[in-house]
Amino acid sequence: MTLKNTLSGLAGHPRAFDGVLDQAGRIILGKDYEIRLAIACLLANGHLLIEDLPGLGKTTLAHTLARLLGLQFSRIQFTSDLLPADITGVSIFERDRSEFRFLPGPVFAQLVLADEINRATPKTQSALLEAMEEGQVTAEGQTRPLPTPFFVIATQNPAHQIGTFPLPESQLDRFLMRIELGYPDRIAERALLAAGGQRRRVEELTPLLSPDNLPALQQEASAIHAAGPLIDYIQALVEATRQTPTFQHGLSPRAGLALLAAARAWAWLAGRDMVLPDDVQAVLPAVARHRLRSAQGGGYALAEDIAALIRSVAIP
Amino acid sequence: MSTPAREALDRHATPWLFATALATTAPHFIHQPVWLSAVASALLLWAFWLWWKDQRLPGRWILIPLVGAGSAGILLEFHTLFGRDAGVAMLVMFMTMKLLELKSRRDAMVVVTLGYFLLLTHYLFSQSIPTGLWLLAAMWLVTATLIRLHGGPASSPRDTLRYAGVLSLQAVPFMLVLFLLFPRISGPLWGLPTDAHAGKTGLSDTMSPGSIAELVQNADIAFRVRFDGPLPPRQKLYWRGPVMEQFDGATWQPHKGRSPSPQLESLSPPIGYETTLEAHNQRWLLALDAPRDLPAEFSQNATLTAVTQNPINERQRFQLSASLEYRFNANEDPLVLQRNLALPAGSNPQTRALAEQWRSTNTAEGVIDKALALFAAEFTYTLQPPLLGRHSVDDFLFRSKRGFCEHYAAAFVVLMRAAGVPARVVGGYQGGEFNPLDQYLVVRQSDAHAWTEVWIKQKGWVRIDPTAAVSPSRIETGIANALAFGEPLPLLLQVRSEWVRALRYRWEAINNAWNQGVLGYNPQRQREFLSRLGLSETDWRSLAIALGSTCGLLVAGLMGWALYKHPERDPVVRLWHKALRHLARRKVDYLPWETPLDLARRVRKQHPELAEPFQRVVDAYLVARYGNTDQHLNTLRDAIAQLR
Repeated sequence: MTLKNTLSGLAGHPRAFDGVLDQAGRIILGKDYEIRLAIACLLANGHLLIEDLPGLGKTTLAHTLARLLGLQFSRIQFTSDLLPADITGVSIFERDRSEFRFLPGPVFAQLVLADEINRATPKTQSALLEAMEEGQVTAEGQTRPLPTPFFVIATQNPAHQIGTFPLPESQLDRFLMRIELGYPDRIAERALLAAGGQRRRVEELTPLLSPDNLPALQQEASAIHAAGPLIDYIQALVEATRQTPTFQHGLSPRAGLALLAAARAWAWLAGRDMVLPDDVQAVLPAVARHRLRSAQGGGYALAEDIAALIRSVAIP
Repeated sequence: MSTPAREALDRHATPWLFATALATTAPHFIHQPVWLSAVASALLLWAFWLWWKDQRLPGRWILIPLVGAGSAGILLEFHTLFGRDAGVAMLVMFMTMKLLELKSRRDAMVVVTLGYFLLLTHYLFSQSIPTGLWLLAAMWLVTATLIRLHGGPASSPRDTLRYAGVLSLQAVPFMLVLFLLFPRISGPLWGLPTDAHAGKTGLSDTMSPGSIAELVQNADIAFRVRFDGPLPPRQKLYWRGPVMEQFDGATWQPHKGRSPSPQLESLSPPIGYETTLEAHNQRWLLALDAPRDLPAEFSQNATLTAVTQNPINERQRFQLSASLEYRFNANEDPLVLQRNLALPAGSNPQTRALAEQWRSTNTAEGVIDKALALFAAEFTYTLQPPLLGRHSVDDFLFRSKRGFCEHYAAAFVVLMRAAGVPARVVGGYQGGEFNPLDQYLVVRQSDAHAWTEVWIKQKGWVRIDPTAAVSPSRIETGIANALAFGEPLPLLLQVRSEWVRALRYRWEAINNAWNQGVLGYNPQRQREFLSRLGLSETDWRSLAIALGSTCGLLVAGLMGWALYKHPERDPVVRLWHKALRHLARRKVDYLPWETPLDLARRVRKQHPELAEPFQRVVDAYLVARYGNTDQHLNTLRDAIAQLR
């Protein structure tokens, strides 16, 4: 039996997802790995944090994914004067009927883009993060469920920019992955300049999936087989973060679970019915970096630290 | 709340415990009183039946009286609860009764512990090779039981036994090191309680008609001898035991009391030899006539017998030498001569009359010749002589004329004494069987013999063997050829088939090697062994250091081996490592953190010709290692189910 034969076990794996990857790749040029990570994150039912300087395509990526997946999309631009009610919604008094009516905020959408989340005050940030965690919103004493599926893609400018409130570690943990887009390479940038920006083309995209079949696909991705040796590998990696002096503290058990879920989604995207160490290594930087603190400087763990971590653990 | 020890016992573990109990107690059934063996077997069967039928185990009100009755029975039988026999009987009883109380894991652990202890007790009875082999197998079983108790029902009996076997084999190096290096104490390997030496057969220090004939029917080994030089002629192989000077008309016994020390004059060069004497519970050594150099703990008594202070109740090895030609007490003390002329008054009148008649016409040598000629003419050598009356020698010489060596020796001495020639009976062994495989001469109880010594002026005590006159083949070829067919000889000696004899030689050589090498490994042998290793002048401190460091090295070696072997236990991983060794030969080193797919990509770059085959290896390995084998199994199962 070869790897290719095992593909037959994956009935639900759609060519459509290849389409999503393909189409998104045409919008965000030269960022296939990041796009794949973003999709894997959504497949694993996790929220995504994109962190980079302005103008590198964060919003475009979020928008593209919403279009391609056929998700109801809303965007919240975070500012320093944004209030929690601006996100969750407010009740207004209707004089005709003499009663309050709840006007749902922008958070009531299937894919919420929280743009520049670190510009808002911690109070407002936490309103969104609570919604992310609970899948519901409590406003004025009433609890209202959020639509399903519910994803948040938050973008953030690097914390050293002026007038920002960086997310605390406990909040960062709510995001399954954190990715950086970075500058495009020469060829991609040339193509971008020639095309005159990609925002416009996003509007022309047609959905390749509907929100109705997404839960089934997520279910399938979460059932991908992880063999004993693979679990051993994840455990060894997590343990290594706790023992190396590179990091201030190691990964939590929840981070280990997140790593496994992300690796499963990654394997599913590759059309395999089992998780390989390659999958773990592929998602590890996105899952681990924002959960670890470098012992020197105290910022996120560096990409090199994660590479060194991988090199320090033998694959069982 | 239940602690692990209180956990209920897994029903399927119970047969292991029955097997343990049976294997560790069964060999004791052979030598125990019959009623004890019967009770133990009955208890075993009862416990097994209860388990088989899944019945409730008996309550305390049955078990406590059972223990009481069993202990009382043992007390009645042995008059004690301690010592070797009673103690072992108690252990066997406890073991079989514990089977009726198997409720929790703790009970099972008691059975296992008792089992290990019972294993040791067998060595108090026998240290033979079959015993050793049985106990090795039993130890394997007990260990497997222990593993089964801890491992749960997951592993198959085969795996459990295999694991126990591996564990036991790992202990072998330690066993050897401990055996070779552990400081030895003088004496036997197994120190025994005093009641252990009862019932040892061997030559007695008294002789009456029939006593040796009875002993001859026993084929047990009396001692083994290895000569430094060539084997002396068989006719010279007289192994001297007690010398019997006093006769009461029926029984011969040694003279008790002080006598002057012997004067021995060697007429031939000494012959050196080593003898391994089996326990015979007597204070003498069976030494080749005439014994010269004795071991330090022995002294020669007035009749040349080598004696020691304490009875020999363990197999022991001695270095000795002998002169085959000798002159012994040419100037004998008149008191001794007088003692060797004494006959009980009024006994054997016919014999005395005959001797008187010879005396008047002959010298001492002439009398001897007359007597030997008499025996040679009309007498029969047999193990089954008729019963003799009050004047036993008269009966024998003039009526039955059938007898065994003790009859001839006794009659000859009586004749000599009556004819005025000092004479006495010598007990011991004659001949032996030479095993060409290990060059040992084996002397058995069936070689027991009695001969005589007469004192002749200037010559001293001279050995005369009247049996040789009756049946020369007894001395020349051994007892088996000297007796007519149908005599009650041990079966062992009756078989004349060549290949059976060859097999017997082989078995005896193995046994002897075991006795000499394993059971006879004493402080001296240990010193020899160590000096061969270059460790001369050893005391217990250097031995302890050698022992500790060797054991430490062994542990380190075993652990290293286990650590090295461990990751290869999974056959998939083992095969994968094989593939990696293939790559290593082509200078592609595997990095432990590198995924197989990355490795395949690297191979594709470095060895394009290897790319395809190696990719197939990687694919197959990944499926086997990380794939869902259960799912494949279920798919297979479903597919097979649809065939029906």
